[in-house]
Order: sequence, then structure tokens, then C-alpha cells
Amino acid sequence: MSDFVSGFWNFYVVSIVLVSILGCGVFLWMQSSATHVEGATTGHVWDEDLQEFSNPLPSWWRWLFYITIVFSLFYLAVYPGLGTYQGQFNWSSTGQYDGEMKKAEDQYGPIYKKFQSQDIMAVAANSEAREMGQRLFLTYCAQCHGSDAKGARGFPNLTDNDWLFGGTPEQIKESIIKGRDAMMPPKGLKPDLNGDQIKDLAHYVRSLSGLSSDSIRVQRGKELFAPACSACHGPDGKGTVGLAPNLTDKVWLYGSSEAEIINGITTGRVNRMPAWGEFLGEAKVHLLTAYVYGLGGGVKEAPAAAPVAAPAAAPAAAAPAEKK
Amino acid sequence: MQSQATYNYKVVRQFAVMTVIWGIVGMLVGVIIAAQLVWPELNVVEWLSYGRLRPLHTNAVIFAFGGCALFATSYFAVQRTSHAVLFAPALAAFTFWGWQLVIVLAALSLPLGFTQGKEYAELEWPIDILITLVWVSYAVVFFGTIIKRKVSHIYVANWFFGGFILTVAVLHLVNSAAIPVFAAGILTPKSYSAYAGVQDAMVQWWYGHNAVGFFLTAGFLGMMYYFVPKQAGRPIYSYRLSVVHFWALIFTYMWAGPHHLHYTALPDWTQSVGMVFSLILLAPSWGGMINGIMTLSGAWHKLRDDPILKFMITSLSFYGMSTFEGPMMSIKTVNALSHYTDWTVGHVHSGALGWVAMISIGSIYYLLPRLFGKPEMHSKKLIEVHFWIATIGVVLYIASMWIAGVMQGLMWRATNLDGTLTYSFVESVKATYPFWTIRLLGGLLFLSGMFIMAYNMFLTMAGGKAVDAPVLAPAAAH
Repeated sequence: MSDFVSGFWNFYVVSIVLVSILGCGVFLWMQSSATHVEGATTGHVWDEDLQEFSNPLPSWWRWLFYITIVFSLFYLAVYPGLGTYQGQFNWSSTGQYDGEMKKAEDQYGPIYKKFQSQDIMAVAANSEAREMGQRLFLTYCAQCHGSDAKGARGFPNLTDNDWLFGGTPEQIKESIIKGRDAMMPPKGLKPDLNGDQIKDLAHYVRSLSGLSSDSIRVQRGKELFAPACSACHGPDGKGTVGLAPNLTDKVWLYGSSEAEIINGITTGRVNRMPAWGEFLGEAKVHLLTAYVYGLGGGVKEAPAAAPVAAPAAAPAAAAPAEKK
Repeated sequence: MQSQATYNYKVVRQFAVMTVIWGIVGMLVGVIIAAQLVWPELNVVEWLSYGRLRPLHTNAVIFAFGGCALFATSYFAVQRTSHAVLFAPALAAFTFWGWQLVIVLAALSLPLGFTQGKEYAELEWPIDILITLVWVSYAVVFFGTIIKRKVSHIYVANWFFGGFILTVAVLHLVNSAAIPVFAAGILTPKSYSAYAGVQDAMVQWWYGHNAVGFFLTAGFLGMMYYFVPKQAGRPIYSYRLSVVHFWALIFTYMWAGPHHLHYTALPDWTQSVGMVFSLILLAPSWGGMINGIMTLSGAWHKLRDDPILKFMITSLSFYGMSTFEGPMMSIKTVNALSHYTDWTVGHVHSGALGWVAMISIGSIYYLLPRLFGKPEMHSKKLIEVHFWIATIGVVLYIASMWIAGVMQGLMWRATNLDGTLTYSFVESVKATYPFWTIRLLGGLLFLSGMFIMAYNMFLTMAGGKAVDAPVLAPAAAH
């Protein structure tokens, strides 16, 4: 064991633990045989009437005490506790963990494996697989994407057909295995944008999806959009899969209000979905992919230039969050 | 034969009254956070949100309510059982005002978000220094009085008070060691622990468990050893038992901290050692319960019409229950179910409300008339009402938390045939709502009892006047 920097500490722990436990027993034994007169007081009086009887230790209590001491010695003989001594059962918490994980793998592994070789479309259509996928989803994904997979502010909706990183089985699986990082820089490619220009941009971005806007600001914003935002969001604001969301649809990851959009352009957006491949393993990821695909928004084939972006209040150069 | 000198009751009166006041404040904050769990929308502003108020609740009930009760009763008992006036009265006055300042600073700094992030040791370093000054003064006053005593034997209550004072000093100094942060060359009230990683966790729970063991147990056993025999008018059941359980208790408590860190990065051997000493702790803990309850043996009839004695005996029953539950929960396999659930919360309150609060309430009811020159409290009937409201409150609280805790533990570990979890976490939260509501009701009942106590206290004070009893000469038996 690496818990000790030198053999001395092992010796120290073993001796102090044993001396302390045995010491409790010896102390109890010595005190049990001390003289006592049942029913008489010790003769001391404090504060007018405070006295003590000289009664002996209740014997059931004494035996309770002895039993815990004997049990403790037995426990430390079979479980680790005395320094580096591992105990007769050779138990360790990591050993228990590994054993339980192996048992689970043996027991449950085959249940997942049988779907692993099947095509995602077939798995998505299988009701048993869908139920298993949902249970996995509720354990690992629902904290961010919600129990209904409809997401929340900053966490994409997985039930619509708008995909930040693509909605084909392969793309969904890659999102789950590797996770996704998204970053929109503040003020896009024009760091010198001033407050009024940002407001113009916000109005232009709102106009792209038909939201109310000031036509003069829209006009001015349109001119700023090209140099600041179009590199990622495209000249028409329809976005690029895996790079920046579509700004022309009704899906907004951070909200569509003018203030929220201005906030997004001003400070940029950073978002991340963690990678799950190593933790869950291939078979479970396969089932989860099929479940997410089957939620309704899956895309059979990646249409080469299809608009795939999603929300993101960040109008200008947004490339917000993850999406499976 | 009585001398003209009188005991220093002034500081006892101050602490006794503040015990009731801080009890109301601390338990009110507890009721608020219990309500926030039932109605999360009650988290209105950040300063009054659950995360800020929860440490305020624990600090207020442990250190403000419990602390004032311990100061009041120990100052009273040590004078009377030493037959001597309190040593260094100026320092004693400082402990009162200093402690109140600590409490006020805690009530301001915790909602503002200043915290060391250590449970029951959240207060930042400037307040920690003030606590140290107050505590050292407390030790000087207490042990100074012991040294002045007119009787050769030290009464058992003082062993426990003394053990509690010394140990809390050590615990506080070691666990609160921290390095303050300098920001832009200016010393800030923010600090970081002097320890790192699992060592920090171990130091914290060595402290945390002994805060329970010494602040909330040894100190209150001292209270029990003075006020139970006084109120019952009977000698302590067994001197020998008090010797054995005192030394065994203070020795074994020191080892039990690792049971708070089962199945963590703490080495296996440390966890096992913590667990076996927690089991050994059962008998020493029960020693105090036996000695308290058996003191009443031969005078059981007094329980019928003495509500103060009812508080005391009920508190000892809860003490016995929670000190059986504690060692049981320290067993690794039980802990695997109970840890992180509301069972722990129920266990803590079985000790905190059932034992600590009830023995304090009984002792303060004993003290108040004597401090204000009255034969008894303004209304005995109201003490009786308080007793029943408080008891029902505790039972509702701990029973709901037991059920909720076991339910959560079972829900978290339930798996389907494919190995997936049967319940998502939020389902266990949803299932807990009814129990949180019952717990809120239990807490409300307990708090109402404290309001009744305050009413009774103020009427007792209004009808009496501050009286300092004359110092008694030791009995002839010496």
C-alpha cells in the first residue's frame, strides 16, 4: 500500500490502534473490579444535595462494551485496518468496485451487445431497445437535455429537426462519444463593433427569422453582418453544420429577445457537451444514439448543404452549444 | 454557615435569556429552509437562498442556541459545585459579549456568502480568531473556578464541561487553520484551508464528528449530570459508571471521524478504524443515558407532574436512540444505503432536537426562576404544553426523515433487468416531497414550542427581579 511514506507509520498505526482498543477493554476490566457498595453513596456532597451512588457497572452494559471490543478485533483481523495488513478476507474498496463492475458486465453486457451489431434504424424501431435507451437517457442525459429531451436555455432540444452538429446516426454518435465544444467569439470577426452597431446587428438577426425589428437598424445591421458574422453563419445567415447555427429559423438556444441577442454578440458564447464514449462504452452509446435518433428529429443522410444550425441568440457569429 | 459573597449569576442570566432568543432565530431559519425544499420558489434573493441559509441555520442552532445554553449551565454548575464565585468576572463578561459578536458576525457573513466551505466551521478567519479569544477566556474562567473550589472532589458535570472546553479549543484551532487571501496586496476575509485533498477532508470530519461528540454531547452530558439529579432530587445512579463512560467516551470519539468518509478516497484502513471505534462508542454513549435515566429510579412518580423532568428524561431517551443509530450507520454496508440521504438529516435532528435542545430547554426552565428570584416558572402548564408540542414535533421530524432517507437510498440503488437505474434522481426528489412537508410541520411545532418558552420566560422575568444567590459552604460530609 502506498498510504505510508515509511515502514514506521505502518508500525505506528498498528500499535496505536491495537493498544487503544485493548486499552478500552483493560480499563473496563480494572474499573469493573473496583470496590463498590450497592445502594450507598460515595460520601461526597456538592451544592447541598448532589450525591452519587456507589452502584457497580450494570453487567449487561459491561458485556455490551466487551462485545464491541471483541467484534472490533475480529473485524480488523479480516478487513484492512491495521496499517498495511490487508485482512484475511483480502477485501479492498477498489477490489469490490472492480468485482461489481465485472459482474455487471457479465450480466448486462450481452443485453447491450445484441443491439450493437444492428443498424441504428433497426435499433430505433425496436421497442425494447427504445426503452433501454430511454432509461440510459434519463440517467446520463436528462440532467441537461431534460427528461423529455426538449432541452433548456443553453441545452439543445433533441426532438426537433434542427441539429447543430448534424442529425445523422453517425453524427449523433460522434457527439455522444467525443462530446462537442462550441465557441462564438465576442463581436464575431469585428472586435471594434460599438454598442449601437451591435444593436443594429441584433435587429438584422431578428429580421432573418421574421421577428419584429427596426427597418433602419436592419439595413445598417445587414452591412455589418457580412464582415462580422457571415464567415461562420453564412452570407444568408443559414449557418453551417458543426460550425454555427442557422439564424433564420425559429429555434433559439439562448433566447430571441433583443437583449439576449445583444448579450450574445457582446460577450460571445462558450458551450460544451462532455464526451461519454469512454464512460459508457460502445454498446450503450449505440443504444443512446438510436434513442436520440428516434426522438423524431433524426436525419437519414446528411444533406450536403442543408441548413443544420440551430438557435443561439448569438446572431452574429454564433456557434453555440452541443447537440447530439 | 453562609458567607456574604454571592455567585456570579449575571453572566448566567445573560446567556440563559439569549439561549431562548437564539433558539428561536436558529430554528426559524431551519423552518425557512425546510419550506424552501417544499416550495423552491421561496428562494427569492441570493442572500436568503437555501445554500446561504443552511449554514446559518446549523451555526445558529449549534453555536448560538447550544453555545449559549452551555455557557449558561456550565457557569452556573461550576460555581455551585465548586462552592466558589466565578473566576475572572471581567473575562466571563467578555465571553458573553464576544460570543454574541461572533453570532452576529456569522448572521451577517454567511448570507453574504463568506464561507470556508467546511461544514460547521464555515466562518471565515477573522471570526475564527475572535472565537479563539472567547474560547480561551472561557477556559480560563471555567478552570480558574475549578481551581478555586472549596471541595476536594470535582463533580462529574465539571469533568464533562472541562473535557468539552479543552477539546473544542483543539478542534477549532486545527480545523480552521487557513491561509488568508491577499487581493491586490490587501488582506481579504477570504481564506483557503491549510490542508489539501483527502487530508483536508479527514481533518474536517475529525473536527465535524467531534463537534458532535464534544460540543453537542460531552458538553450537554455535563448539563445532564448537574440538572437531572437536581431536578429529580436523587443521587447519580453510579459513580463508577460515570468514570468509565467519561474516559471511554472522550477517548473513542476522537477516532470516529472517518465514518463520514466511507467509500471515498480515504484509505480503506482509515475507514475501517473509524468504523470499529464508532461501534465501540456505543457502550460509552449509553453509559450517560443509563446514568441519567437510572438516577430517576425510585422516583418515577415525579415524571407524572413535572414537565421539566419530562424534558430531561425524554432527551435522554433520544440520546440513547441516536447513539444507537450512529454506530449502526457507521457500519459500511448500512452507510452505503444511508449516506447522502435524508436519513442522515433525521439522525442529526434526533440528536439535535431530541437530545441537545430538550436537555437545554429542561435545564433553562430549571435555571430561569432561580436567576430571577421566583419559586418557579410563571406557568407550569405552559411548560407542559411546550413539552408535548416539542415531542410531537421531533417525532414527526425524525420519522419522516427516516422514511424519506431509506426510500431515497433504495430508489438510488434500484436497477432494472438491463442494469440501468430504475429511477432518475429527480424522481427520488419528487417522491420525497410529502416527507419534506411532514418535516416542515415537525419543525414548525418545535419552533412554536420555543415561542411558548419565550413568552413564559418574559412573564417570569417581568414578575421577578435579578437575584444572585449567596455562596454556600461545602456540606459537612466533606
